[in-house]
Amino acid sequence: MADVTAPPGALRRFVDSDVFYSFRQSKVTVVAAIVTAIIVIGAFLGPWIAPHDTYDVRSLNLLDAFTPPVWSEGGNPSYLLGTDDQGRDVFSTILLGARVSLLVGFAATLFAMILGVLLGLISGYVGGTTDAVIMRIADIKLSFPAILIALLIDGVARGIIPRDMHDDLALYVVIFAIGISNWVAYARTVRGSTLVEKNKEYVQAARIIGLHPFTIMIRHVLPNVLGPVLVIGTLGLAGAILAEATLSFLGVGVPPTRPSLGTLIRVGNNFLFSGEWWMTIFPGVMLVILVLAVNLLGDWLRDALNPKLR
Amino acid sequence: MKTRIAFVAATALAMALAVPVAAKTFKYSTTGDVIGMDPHINNEGPTNAMKDNLYEGLVSRHWDLTVRPALATEWTQVNPTTTRFKLRAGVTFHDGTPFTADDVVFSFDRIRGDQSDMKTYVTGVREVRKIDDLTVELVTEAPDPVLIQNLSLFHIMSKAWAQKHNTLLPLRGANAESFANRNANGTGPFKMVERVPDTRTVLVPNEKWWGKPEHNLTRVEFKPIANAATRVAALLTGEIDMMFPVPLQDVPRLERTAGVKVLQGPELRTIFLGMDQFRDELLDMPGTGKNPFKDVRVRRAFYQAIDINAIQRVVMRGASTPTGLMIAPGINGFSKELNQRYPFDPEASKKLLAEAGYPQGFPVTLDCPNDRYVNDEAICQAIVPMLTRVGINIKLNAQTKGLHFDKIGLKDGRRTSFYMLGWTPGTYDAHNMLFNIITLSSGPGSGAWNSGRYTNPKVEELTRSIAREIDPEKRTAMIHEAMKLHKEDFGHIPLHQQALAWGVRDSVAGIPQAANDAVMLKYVRMK
Repeated sequence: MADVTAPPGALRRFVDSDVFYSFRQSKVTVVAAIVTAIIVIGAFLGPWIAPHDTYDVRSLNLLDAFTPPVWSEGGNPSYLLGTDDQGRDVFSTILLGARVSLLVGFAATLFAMILGVLLGLISGYVGGTTDAVIMRIADIKLSFPAILIALLIDGVARGIIPRDMHDDLALYVVIFAIGISNWVAYARTVRGSTLVEKNKEYVQAARIIGLHPFTIMIRHVLPNVLGPVLVIGTLGLAGAILAEATLSFLGVGVPPTRPSLGTLIRVGNNFLFSGEWWMTIFPGVMLVILVLAVNLLGDWLRDALNPKLR
Repeated sequence: MKTRIAFVAATALAMALAVPVAAKTFKYSTTGDVIGMDPHINNEGPTNAMKDNLYEGLVSRHWDLTVRPALATEWTQVNPTTTRFKLRAGVTFHDGTPFTADDVVFSFDRIRGDQSDMKTYVTGVREVRKIDDLTVELVTEAPDPVLIQNLSLFHIMSKAWAQKHNTLLPLRGANAESFANRNANGTGPFKMVERVPDTRTVLVPNEKWWGKPEHNLTRVEFKPIANAATRVAALLTGEIDMMFPVPLQDVPRLERTAGVKVLQGPELRTIFLGMDQFRDELLDMPGTGKNPFKDVRVRRAFYQAIDINAIQRVVMRGASTPTGLMIAPGINGFSKELNQRYPFDPEASKKLLAEAGYPQGFPVTLDCPNDRYVNDEAICQAIVPMLTRVGINIKLNAQTKGLHFDKIGLKDGRRTSFYMLGWTPGTYDAHNMLFNIITLSSGPGSGAWNSGRYTNPKVEELTRSIAREIDPEKRTAMIHEAMKLHKEDFGHIPLHQQALAWGVRDSVAGIPQAANDAVMLKYVRMK
């Protein structure tokens, strides 16, 4: 039959691949992947599956504030993990908060990735002064802790943007701040790989037939340097989520009306001493689980894509 | 050899014992920093309290809030509008210059400076006349029943110092860059040796102070810690000796902790909301030409939409007294009858809004400090859903007190439509509240913090009369009348009086808790 001779489909190829084999072999990775998937799906569907719409201030009842989790004394069945100081359901705020955290994490990582890969490609392929300039900027950037740069950008943005627009723009500012402080890793990696690739025959051949350097970079070099970028990207995602949580914990991240996990931890932190632990512990646990799962995935991806470790 | 070791050990022991006995450092903290050291601007509770440690007026307040002689030793009424003050001899400022009548005259001109928001403390005073180096006369426009009460926060600054450093007038704004905001040179019991805004302010006793110190401190460090949990932790670990306010949720825990105690008491401050009743167009409704707050029904709707008892129970954890009046019990002019609140009634609110032509509500921003009053931001956050439920599209703008006060105050031209403010009449008399918050033209400097510009000609008139009325009974009747008119106008929305809650370590032997929430260092004793 024709099917037998047809090349195997993409899914089949993926299932048969070394990468998927190593994935199946690592139980930790499978668990991490499942946990990540649950959190991502839960966050994605948050507005539909959360029992309470905590963004709708009309639904808040102040007299429900400080309700403990359902299994403690004084718990209320409609608030599974208790409520916070404003009477918001903690479970719902975590779902919606994780959504904000993931959104910022993904967007910032994507931004850092695009910026870093582009600069890395140009730097490696063009070389010379361009390379020197870009890499020196990268070196300077590396000499500052990423969170410091993010704080600086956030602070400056707050100074420039009129106060009335803060809440609307805060999310983009955070994404930009985290993204801009993380591009160097991508740029350096891509530059290194590009330096290797650009002397290979296929690139030289492309150059001889007169392709535009930009086309060569994007169409020919880029696909061959993307492997390590994916690894850095996955690990970077965990870092970006943490960075967002840190900024929000310090009170400079996303607006308080759209709390992320970091905001929730910060608010709950004020009540930790007084015994209302659920307001900060649950978002904290959620953050730990999320970052751990993403990191484990990243670790596995690094090992799976590294031929030396095979 | 043995004796030598014993000797060394004894010496070391003696030194170890001697040092803590000699050094009595008192470290304390609150939510926000002092917003400038200039004694003639930034009329704000904690800021005034700090300046009161460094500067003195002709009179000063004891911790029981009674007025005591300070830079003036005695005063006599020359005629109904003239009071003669005998100044204390041999007093010097921190920089060594002697204190004379010229400094009083100079300070009078300075506190009346164009940008000052502290004119209230010399309101009604027409002239300060130097009689000789140690005698001045204060001439008032009319007989002034609260002249002496007012003067404790009329701080005296050295004329020579101000001239030398070219800081002849106060500059408006929190932490405005002026020499007098960064430095201090008073006659008070403490001198400032270091000030890093938002980080720390260090004081040492003024060894040349004219009085006999009741404190036993050798050094004082004040550092603002905005985060409540961090502040509690700092107290528990002994990093600081005292802090306030104790976050209400932590009061029971601190009371159970050995080595720490919580001092509690009623505070004289009233927390309230104000509404812009002046602009023809609400800041949040550009292009509509409408300001709903001009309609008393809208103001009443806002008032009745707020469930103050829920706020008291949940946000304040019982540590507040809901109030119907703008002044607390304990302020002269208080009336139990007038203190009755209008009922919480969201249905009536909706109806009132519909009658006023806003059945769908309207957008408005609530300006709120987040490091000034007890749970200020949390109160505002709790008010947002209450008003949203009656249809108001409300946005919360909570920020640090310096920015908040600049925004709602004269600095930025009262750029607010709806705001939170708290006020303790610095004179403990209702006139101060009427003059600063409830009127606009009852005298020079009146309405400095009437950010919504509520005004009622009758109240203005009454306030002017109250300033002159000597007969206490008539005066009280007028205060009640003015307060009643203001209440019926819904000029402001009074919320509550918060409770004082100070956390004190047992390293402190004595610290009197004044009902104005001021830490008066001159009475603090360490063990």
